[in-house]
Parts: sequence; C-alpha cells; structure tokens
Amino acid sequence: MSFINYASREINCKIVYYGPGLCGKTTNLQFVYQKTAPEAKGKMISLATETERTLFFDFLPLALGEIRGFKTRFHLYTVPGQVFYDASRKLILKGVDGVVFVADSQEERLDANIESMENLKDNLEEQGYQLENLPFVVQYNKRDLPNTTPVEELRDLLNPREVPDFEACATTGQGVFETLKAVAKLILIDLKKGGR
Amino acid sequence: MLGPQSPFVMYDEEYKRINAAIEKLLRESNSKSIFLVDKNGQLIAGVGETDNLDTTSLASLTAGNIAATGGLAQLIGEKEFSILFHEGEKDNLHISIVAGRVILLVIFDQRSSLGLVRLRVKKGSEELAVIFEDLAKKGEQQAGTGPESPFAEITDDDIDNLFR
Repeated sequence: MSFINYASREINCKIVYYGPGLCGKTTNLQFVYQKTAPEAKGKMISLATETERTLFFDFLPLALGEIRGFKTRFHLYTVPGQVFYDASRKLILKGVDGVVFVADSQEERLDANIESMENLKDNLEEQGYQLENLPFVVQYNKRDLPNTTPVEELRDLLNPREVPDFEACATTGQGVFETLKAVAKLILIDLKKGGR
Repeated sequence: MLGPQSPFVMYDEEYKRINAAIEKLLRESNSKSIFLVDKNGQLIAGVGETDNLDTTSLASLTAGNIAATGGLAQLIGEKEFSILFHEGEKDNLHISIVAGRVILLVIFDQRSSLGLVRLRVKKGSEELAVIFEDLAKKGEQQAGTGPESPFAEITDDDIDNLFR
C-alpha cells in the first residue's frame, strides 16, 4: 500500500526482499546502502542476532528524486529467511508494494528456494494479495560460486511467469541495482495504472 | 475503510487538521514530541522536538513494534494490545492505535506523566479518528474520478530519470 501525501508532495512505497536463509537479502541492502549518495539514503537498520542472522527485518529508506513534483521514496525491507521465523515474515509483508525474490543459486539450496517461494505465495494470500498481481522480480544470487544450478533450470522452477529476472553476486554488487530498478519501475507503472 | 491494497492518500486539508490535533495533544499532554505513523511504517506527521531524531527509522521501528505485539496478541487470543508503554531513564514512549489504522507515538519526559499522557491520548484519539474517517471517505470518492492522480501521466522517461 503506497502512501501518497499531497500535503508534503511525497510518495512512499514499500519493497520487500524475500528468500531462503542466507540467500543474500541483507547483502543486497548493504550494497545499495554503500553505493547510494548520503543525501539519498537514511540510516540502515538491522534487527539481527549476535551472529548477524536477520531476526526481524532490515530497513533502508531511499529517496530517488522527483516525479512530477512528488518526492519518490522507497522503503526497502528484508525478511528473516530462516524457516522458523515465519510469524515475523508475515508481519513484514503487510502493506507491501513490490517483492524481490532472492534465490540462492547453489545446487544444495534448490529445495530451500522452492520452499521459500511457496511460503511467499502462502503468506501473501493470507494478507489478501496475489503474487501474480504484485510488482515482482526474481534475482538469482551467488552466480560467482562454483556449484550453481543453471539459470534456465532456476527460471523453470522459480519464475514460470517470466517476470523480470537477474543474475547477481550481491557481495560484489553485480545485478543488485538492476534488480532494485526493475522492481521500482514496476511499482511506479502500477501506480500509473491507478492502483491495484 | 482503507482496503489492504489501495494506496493511502493524504490531502492538504486533512493534513492541516491532523497537525492541529496533534499540536493540541502535545500542549495538553506536556509531551516532547508526537508522531503519527501508518501501520506499514510510513511517517504521516510529527510535531514537537523532532529535529534531533531520525524520524524515518523511528516510524519504521514503531510499526515493527506494533506489528510484533499484534502478532503476540493474536497468539493468546486478543485482537490487539491497544497501548504500549516503554519506560526509559529520561524519556518514555507511549504507543497507541488510533481508529484501528494508524499509530500514535508520544515521547515524554518527567515534565509529564503516564497518567496525563494516557488521559490526553484517549481524548485526542477520538478527534483523530474522525479526521481519518473523513480521509477514508474522501479517498473512496476520489478513487473513481482519476484526474487527481499525479501518476496518470508519468512516462517511461520520468521513471528512467529517477535512476540516472
């Protein structure tokens, strides 16, 4: 649910990064944070455990500039990926405007990716959303590792509708901004159509 | 009522009314600052001593706090916990839900008290609830008409320009 403020001429939209544990959601946000000009970003908040696993969420506010005199802000959130944090994941999906699914390309994480994708669909439906109607992009992360599943196979399993998808290596930043731009663009096109 | 998928729209007139209402609450409750946040973590309005605060983070964490507490409430069979209170050494937070849809955050110190804040928040919430009701009605009325939307005419170039 985007927030359009005619009084302060601002639009705020919420983007959620979803995916299995250790797939690189937080790393995506950290890269965006590092590479964004100080005036365009707010503080990045990470509610994480002592071992830096996301406990509740990471949060990064970004101000992208103006569209037709309206300041455009995106609030980026990640969910905790570990299976047993499902209750927290549901809460973070509330009011989402666009979703990025970050897949872990390593062969041994294939099942975890599929499980997380099913979990995303279930949790969205519980909030009254359909994934098909939401701005949605997929990122195949960790392409730099040796034991990766071919992209075609990942695409067949995770992206049958062929939404925009990107190969990435979030630690070096490859594909990170491409993914963010794609989902932001889909959200704005959605707003243009006059809401869902 | 605001549906889960319709954008939340704020207009000048209601924004002024909301600010006036929370300014009044700020004076009457003797508090330091007051914020209104939507349940998704977006800041709607803020008054009082707001300069040294990271208000964006404040809004997001407040909403996270309410969401987590709401989850806890449902687990034990409650609809929600309508008031949260966090006590600090100097400053305290009083968080409550207004009209079931927005979060009212009051920051106060020893110049006020929990009792006074609770009392004033209760009264102020009723006033705010009326304004949000009007806002929801206005949003519904304007939803069908269309020309109000600043996005109806955005072009691909506008969108691309954001990412230069």
